[in-house]
Amino acid sequence: MITEKTFRNDGYAKVTGRAAYADDISFAGTLHMVPVYSDLIAANNVVVDASEAMKVPGCIRVLTAKDVPGTTCFGQIEQDYPMLITDTIRSWGDVVALVIAETRTIALEASELVVVHGDPVKPVLTIEDALKPYARVVPSYGDSNIVVHHRMRHGDPEAMFDQCELIIEEDFETQIIEQGYMEPEAAICVPRHDGVIEIYGSMQHPFSTRRFTGALLGEPLSNIEVYTIAVGGGFGGKDDTAAIVCARAALGARLLSRPVKMTYSREWSMRESYKRHPYKLHYKVGVTSEGQILAVKTQMYADSGAYLSVTPWVTWRSTAQCFGPYSIEHVHADVYGVATNNVFTGAMRGFGSPQVNFATEQLIDMIAQRLNVHPLGIRRINMVKQGSSTVTGQVLDQHTVSMEEVMNSTVHEIGYRKKYDRCSHGVSETDELYGIGLSISYRGASLGAEGMDFCSAIINGQYDGSILLETGIHENGQGSESVMMIVLAEELGIQLKRIRYRRSSTSTIPDSGTTVATRGTIMGSSSVVIAAKNFKELLATHLAERLKCTPEEVTFHNDKIWGLTFAQSLTWEEAMKELFLQRVTPYAFGTFKAPDVSWDDTVGQGNAYFTYVYSCQAAEVSVNKKTGKIKLLNVVASHDIGKAINRAMVLGQIYGGVTQGIGMALSEEIKREDGKITTLNFDTYKIPRITDLPEMTGIIVENSDPQSLTGAKGIGEPALELIAPAIANAVYNATGIRCTSLPLSIDPQELK
Amino acid sequence: MSTITFRLNEKNISLEADPASRLLDLLREDLGLSAVKEGCGEGECGACSVLKDGVLVNSCMVPVGTIEHCSIETLEGLRETDEGRCIIEAFADTGAVQCGFCTPGMVMASIALLRSNARPTLEEIKVALSGNLCRCTGYDMIIKGVQLAAERGDGIW
Repeated sequence: MITEKTFRNDGYAKVTGRAAYADDISFAGTLHMVPVYSDLIAANNVVVDASEAMKVPGCIRVLTAKDVPGTTCFGQIEQDYPMLITDTIRSWGDVVALVIAETRTIALEASELVVVHGDPVKPVLTIEDALKPYARVVPSYGDSNIVVHHRMRHGDPEAMFDQCELIIEEDFETQIIEQGYMEPEAAICVPRHDGVIEIYGSMQHPFSTRRFTGALLGEPLSNIEVYTIAVGGGFGGKDDTAAIVCARAALGARLLSRPVKMTYSREWSMRESYKRHPYKLHYKVGVTSEGQILAVKTQMYADSGAYLSVTPWVTWRSTAQCFGPYSIEHVHADVYGVATNNVFTGAMRGFGSPQVNFATEQLIDMIAQRLNVHPLGIRRINMVKQGSSTVTGQVLDQHTVSMEEVMNSTVHEIGYRKKYDRCSHGVSETDELYGIGLSISYRGASLGAEGMDFCSAIINGQYDGSILLETGIHENGQGSESVMMIVLAEELGIQLKRIRYRRSSTSTIPDSGTTVATRGTIMGSSSVVIAAKNFKELLATHLAERLKCTPEEVTFHNDKIWGLTFAQSLTWEEAMKELFLQRVTPYAFGTFKAPDVSWDDTVGQGNAYFTYVYSCQAAEVSVNKKTGKIKLLNVVASHDIGKAINRAMVLGQIYGGVTQGIGMALSEEIKREDGKITTLNFDTYKIPRITDLPEMTGIIVENSDPQSLTGAKGIGEPALELIAPAIANAVYNATGIRCTSLPLSIDPQELK
Repeated sequence: MSTITFRLNEKNISLEADPASRLLDLLREDLGLSAVKEGCGEGECGACSVLKDGVLVNSCMVPVGTIEHCSIETLEGLRETDEGRCIIEAFADTGAVQCGFCTPGMVMASIALLRSNARPTLEEIKVALSGNLCRCTGYDMIIKGVQLAAERGDGIW
């Protein structure tokens, strides 16, 4: 642990309300853009008539696909998402036109007058319908609604089922979830006199934003400069959609040569932005009489909606981590992404794991109950240990495999064993039934075999001894800038106040990938370590003579640079001045490349991730016999994150992630009718309020990870991915009712 | 349009406005008070919280016509006061901030609470902040922020 106190470089700016988010930024002469939707869910031959809208005084222009100088369709994997639809509508979230006016009020008024005609076709709205033999093919590419199929072929489960004492087959279903960032998407784009378009947007991936914008404008990436500003949360949800909002505003700014602002209402955000994939999962699990899981077969179907986005990556993680942190010799998995005419799905914190964990961690408890073995025992027998092989054939010998240590810490803190024996199992003398449940997981850190994984950092020493730091990791609210500063201060042995985190733009730092996948801390801080090493080498080389020692003997600590004795030292002010006098720029660049991973897609085997975060969460609930209402009483969450760099922020991530997981477990669900989302705001889409939450205890387990240059892994996603099955297990232990779909609900009739 | 006269952050102000328009838009767009945030536009999230005659309200739900002769307080007016500084420092010290978008509203709700109840219980804090949504923190450190402000601010509330 590096620091005990809470450190946030942007803390005061945010608490005082001074931090500027996209909609808080204004430029003289700004025009306002709003999107136009159609009530059509799926239609061909779409024609947009904006003639009436253009008659509204102050309405400047209505843009359609015809006005796009570049390509309207783009995407991270398949270039299928229409930033403006051309002639085909595939979902209720599709944008048919963009109205630009002198004020937002005028733009809204004019947008009501845009008329959209099209020939409706019967939408495909369920996975079942999409998979029918003669189903209409939804995507613009390919010849099937199966847009991706990942396979795992590990051993031969079919041959092993005969040898099993117990076979459990079960279906599970998870709901559609909205990321629910508090700040809806917004962007303001400014055409600069030198031809560059500046973008200030609420997005979590500046480089993705630049790619979407470059595609729409038909311009090189160097023409577009995306700045980092305060972002009101992302949770995976501010990649594609948020990038597209920026690209649309940039299109307006380019065509009209004026600043253009586009700020989404909550309803537009809920309607258009991608959600967490709903899954249907089927599992067949074979177990010996001793509780050893011998064989697993699973099929999963994820509703990708009308566009691909990152469905292949989300479902890949579900494949690579298809049965929890367990070492099982015979596993076959088939995981499908299925296109429908629903609003598309994409990245959200957890990314294909919360759905799987909801099924597998309940299956483990079901096995325990059927074999009359303790749930902890079943987990201990099967969990990965040091040197274990995972279901992808990866041997876990490069880091500390702390699954049991992490589980024990939660079990001890919450008092699981004693409380487990007190569970009501549907019988109690009062109206309240009591239950406790737990779940465990491991999570591959960073992208793994999903994609290219590297990150850069720049250290720029100033003449007066102050230091500018920037990295390719984006601040979405999680506190990444503060982490990078703490790591640099530690590496250089300097006070934090020397460091100013420079908010980078896409023109100042190389593309370091997106700030997703729990990769900010592990990738960003490792890149800072490498840049700091290069920086120290440069300084040592040029200061050794002044310090009367060799470069190898120069050390950095106590906010000074040292030779071999107390007499030989330089303040940072002196040292930086010395370098400038020597005509040497105190500037260093560092890139951290993730350790190698491997993957064979034909059999779903390989070293999927270079390291794993181990987690265990437990929950206590009471369930009211008369109403069926589930009340959370207590939550404990332990995570081995390698090393805590900013302890308070780690706990903040744990509590925030658990809370989002509680929403998934108990209250959140995007509802639809005929392809239209009916839960468009927080009155109907219920994210947890302060009064919905129990006492929470976060436990940080630290086994420094040799794959990370700081020893730190990450916590963003692990915190969310396993509380729903823990609560489901607690509800079962309270009521005797197994909930296999989300959000959990208990019919009081069944309790009588 | 009609002339609206009210008190904004301890200063009298008079301006032309549409009485049916939202107080939120008047504050953000016309008066440039951007600490007031819009998260939902329907009174569910509390990001636009301000004090109207000392009472916590969602400014997105307040028509400008109803603030005639009222006192409106926003974070801009409170952040340099003893009360404001106390709660701001407590929030910063406890790590109550992540993305920060809900934070100004949380600060306003906390000030409204502590002015009426300088020593709130945990349950009282939860009830007072129940109109404010936060998606990042799980609220734990926000609660600790309010508790710290209550402890440190003995006498000022």
